[in-house]
Amino acid sequence: MIPELGQISLILALCLSILLSTLPIVGAAKDNFIWMNLARPLSAGIFVFLGLSLGILAHAFVTDDFSVQIVAAQSNSLLPMRYKLTALWGGHEGSFLLWTFMLAGWMLLVSIYSKSMPLQFVARVLGVLGILCVCYILFMLATSNPFARIVPLPPLDGSDLNTALQDFGFIVHPPTLYMGYVGFSVVFAFAIAALLSGKLDSAWARWSRPWANIAWAILTIGIALGSWWAYYELGWGGWWAWDPVENPPLITWLFGTALIHSLAVTEKRGVFKSWTVLLAILAFAGSLLGTFITRSGLLTSVHAFASDPTRGVFILGILGLTVGGALLLYAIRAPLMKSELGFTLVSREIFLLVNNVLLVVSAASIFLGTLFPMVYQALTDDLISIGPPYFNAIFVPLMIILFVFLGIGPISRWKRTSTEYLVKQVSKIAVASLFIGLVLPLLVLLEFSVAATVCVILASWIVLTMFKDLRNKVANKSLLWIGLRSLPRSYYGMLLAHIGVAVMLIGVGLTTYFSSERSVLLGPGEEVELGSYAFMFNGHEEIRGPNYIGERANISVTKNDSDLGTLFPERRIYLATGTPSTEMAIDAGFLRDLFITLGEEKEGGSWSMTVYVKPFVRWIWLGAIFMALGGSIAAVDKRYRVLRRRKPEKKKKEASEVALQPAS
Amino acid sequence: MDTRTLPSMLIDKEMPTFSLTTIDGESVENKDLPNQTFLLNVWGSYCLPCLVEHPTFMRLSEEGQIPVVGINYKDRNELAKGWLETNGNPFAYSIEDLDGRFGIDLGVYGAPETYLVDSEGVIRYRHVSVLDETVWREEFLPAIRELRNGLE
Amino acid sequence: MIFSKHKFILVFALTSALYASSNALAQVDAFQFDNVEQQSRFRQLSDELRCPMCQNTNLSGSTGGVAEDLRREIHRMIIEGMSNEEIEQFMFERYGDFIFYRPRLRAETILLWFGPIIFLVIGGFIAVGVFRRAKSVDETGLKLNDEQVTKLNELVGK
Repeated sequence: MIPELGQISLILALCLSILLSTLPIVGAAKDNFIWMNLARPLSAGIFVFLGLSLGILAHAFVTDDFSVQIVAAQSNSLLPMRYKLTALWGGHEGSFLLWTFMLAGWMLLVSIYSKSMPLQFVARVLGVLGILCVCYILFMLATSNPFARIVPLPPLDGSDLNTALQDFGFIVHPPTLYMGYVGFSVVFAFAIAALLSGKLDSAWARWSRPWANIAWAILTIGIALGSWWAYYELGWGGWWAWDPVENPPLITWLFGTALIHSLAVTEKRGVFKSWTVLLAILAFAGSLLGTFITRSGLLTSVHAFASDPTRGVFILGILGLTVGGALLLYAIRAPLMKSELGFTLVSREIFLLVNNVLLVVSAASIFLGTLFPMVYQALTDDLISIGPPYFNAIFVPLMIILFVFLGIGPISRWKRTSTEYLVKQVSKIAVASLFIGLVLPLLVLLEFSVAATVCVILASWIVLTMFKDLRNKVANKSLLWIGLRSLPRSYYGMLLAHIGVAVMLIGVGLTTYFSSERSVLLGPGEEVELGSYAFMFNGHEEIRGPNYIGERANISVTKNDSDLGTLFPERRIYLATGTPSTEMAIDAGFLRDLFITLGEEKEGGSWSMTVYVKPFVRWIWLGAIFMALGGSIAAVDKRYRVLRRRKPEKKKKEASEVALQPAS
Repeated sequence: MDTRTLPSMLIDKEMPTFSLTTIDGESVENKDLPNQTFLLNVWGSYCLPCLVEHPTFMRLSEEGQIPVVGINYKDRNELAKGWLETNGNPFAYSIEDLDGRFGIDLGVYGAPETYLVDSEGVIRYRHVSVLDETVWREEFLPAIRELRNGLE
Repeated sequence: MIFSKHKFILVFALTSALYASSNALAQVDAFQFDNVEQQSRFRQLSDELRCPMCQNTNLSGSTGGVAEDLRREIHRMIIEGMSNEEIEQFMFERYGDFIFYRPRLRAETILLWFGPIIFLVIGGFIAVGVFRRAKSVDETGLKLNDEQVTKLNELVGK
């Protein structure tokens, strides 16, 4: 009975969405205040009903209601409680409900934090998001009902959650990823609302920026969590596989990065308007693309949900309708999007334009590589694979060029920068970076490598130019402290995010080229050395978990004869399905990770195993954290709040303040 | 679109040259293959789907329509023989491929797989996974008919 | 060079089931090579060739089954002195394009390999277009037309 209530709740959410997708938008066109004012309460209502649906589904999982199809498919009575809850998004139907709920969450946030925007605009934004809701909920009810029941005989127990998903990574990665992904729908809605209203001014850009930045920051974390999880779960130290399902979030992220930079230029200089709107549409399209690829069954991948062509066609339909409609609107409104101010060839605008081009070309190339095998197969009936060698060959050179410009961009000035000035600013830094790049890897890793040198040169370049710019900005203040305080949060956001790029670059470069591993067969008491580390196998014991049994090996690690502790890799067999699985043992460190994967027991109590040393691998995710923090700090810059604070002040003051636009 | 089945690279190509032994210890080479259209089935005693498709092969071998040659793939001789004894032997003989090298030459990537080979030793069709009656009817019979028509 | 207190034991680890789950175990076999160059060729080939029976893993990252056999074959071919192209041809003849993670350059894949460059050129043109449009705004400047001049005078109180 209760699951049916969940379905009813979905239908109610659909009804409200249909209202939201029509009335406020028509109301905005006709200046009908009653209809426009419906937008916020309708959004709240949709949030409530979708939340209710999600809660009822969670309840079904928690109470082991195997009459509900997806509970039977994803869960099991022996599953620990936290995984019973997360099994909700282990399959297609449940995860799509979570996706839609995220959209409702963003809609609620927009309706709350939009008091400074005109009602007409908010009505349109929520209306567009309402259209998306209608599409998504219809999709669920038509093709992927999470509340479908197994009749007449529900199974006695479920098929269990895939053992790879019984892990902390699975608890955090999908919700965060979806939150970020879906967040780009908000900027998309802002862009559509602006196109509908015919006003694409710096106010629109200013409103959009915090939303874009926060969605981007969350997506950064979501992708980083996925990478971190793959690293310790999949067992050979890989952190990015260019998997066809990993790529769409990256494509969206790249469009998103271009978008947040383009929005900055549009807000401050009134240029790149049409480009910014296009990026908003592309970033949103990227999020739908990801959905399409994972759920249409067109792919072979660790990530893919069960295939079903009807779902694929439906999602393509949504894609066509929303993105197609958006592009049509874009074309119609193109004349509106004229640049307000000009700029010269050597200017910050140009460098940001270069940044955008490189990011978009990277995104388009990854998109090409991801879709090519599918198109190829459809056309020739033959299979072709496109993997890391291709993607790395394309992506790495583009990024290297981007990083060079990353150093120059922040130092350059708007509209016109003298080349002489730029050269003077950065020439010493360039030399210093070259020097650091050549020397540091030699000192730390005791060997020369072109790759490490290039990475360190670029990272130093990024960091040093950033600090040079900081120094320039505080140079003419009396006290350093005053100077630092005078800089807006958005500046610190940029500083932190760019440093994050450098940190990630170091992690990626050094771990890719200096990781080492060794596979051995060790008997009790035997030892293997890798680099300056020694791993001694001390034997194993049997273990028993809540829903698995297995063996755990005991391995002590030493470095140059000083004790570093013990690691306990495991081999498990999950009871419900008999699936084997490996739990790696990791000694995580700031400068390096050590990890061990267990193979099999051989005669005489010896075990096959592989030991790994991965230098600087944590810096990859540390860089991502810095980037996300930077984006978040920039989003809470004070100028986004100024308009709100004006309301309680007197009308006289208001008149004079409205005339002033934040300049910086 | 079936994204998981690899198309065989050996269609319309001759069987790779081999010189191996059967699981009964007799030597076997390309010239020993049947002089008519036959089935080549890759199987193993560890392979559950092979057990599932086994009745189809038994029926084919009993009816004598088409010879079936087996490739015992990455198995152990005693286990293979035991499996045939327990379940019945539909194969004219089974070529022993202990380390899977012959399988690699054929482009095998997981048992069970079945090849349709014509009288000249040219591979004409490959089916991956269980060969049940439906597959036989819908995939192999038409292919065999086409071959036989082509020969006339 | 790395030495261990005890000799390495060369093993060809055979897994128990043909259908090993692709995400559970990393390869645990160890091959002996004549020199470092062969070792790194082996590594590179195993990294760039795809496991035919797995969902989406390279030969280095898969345990058991065909992946293991193919690694063994690569090792044999390297020791026998075959070049990388010859080894790739061997693989292609048996498993087709699917097995290459780096798609080979052919007529059909030209679009794939040159696509990014084409994108870059298109991007360049668009950038130039954006720049030119903005430059023209700058050149016309913010001139007021007559109507606006009148209005300005009114506001200023002339």
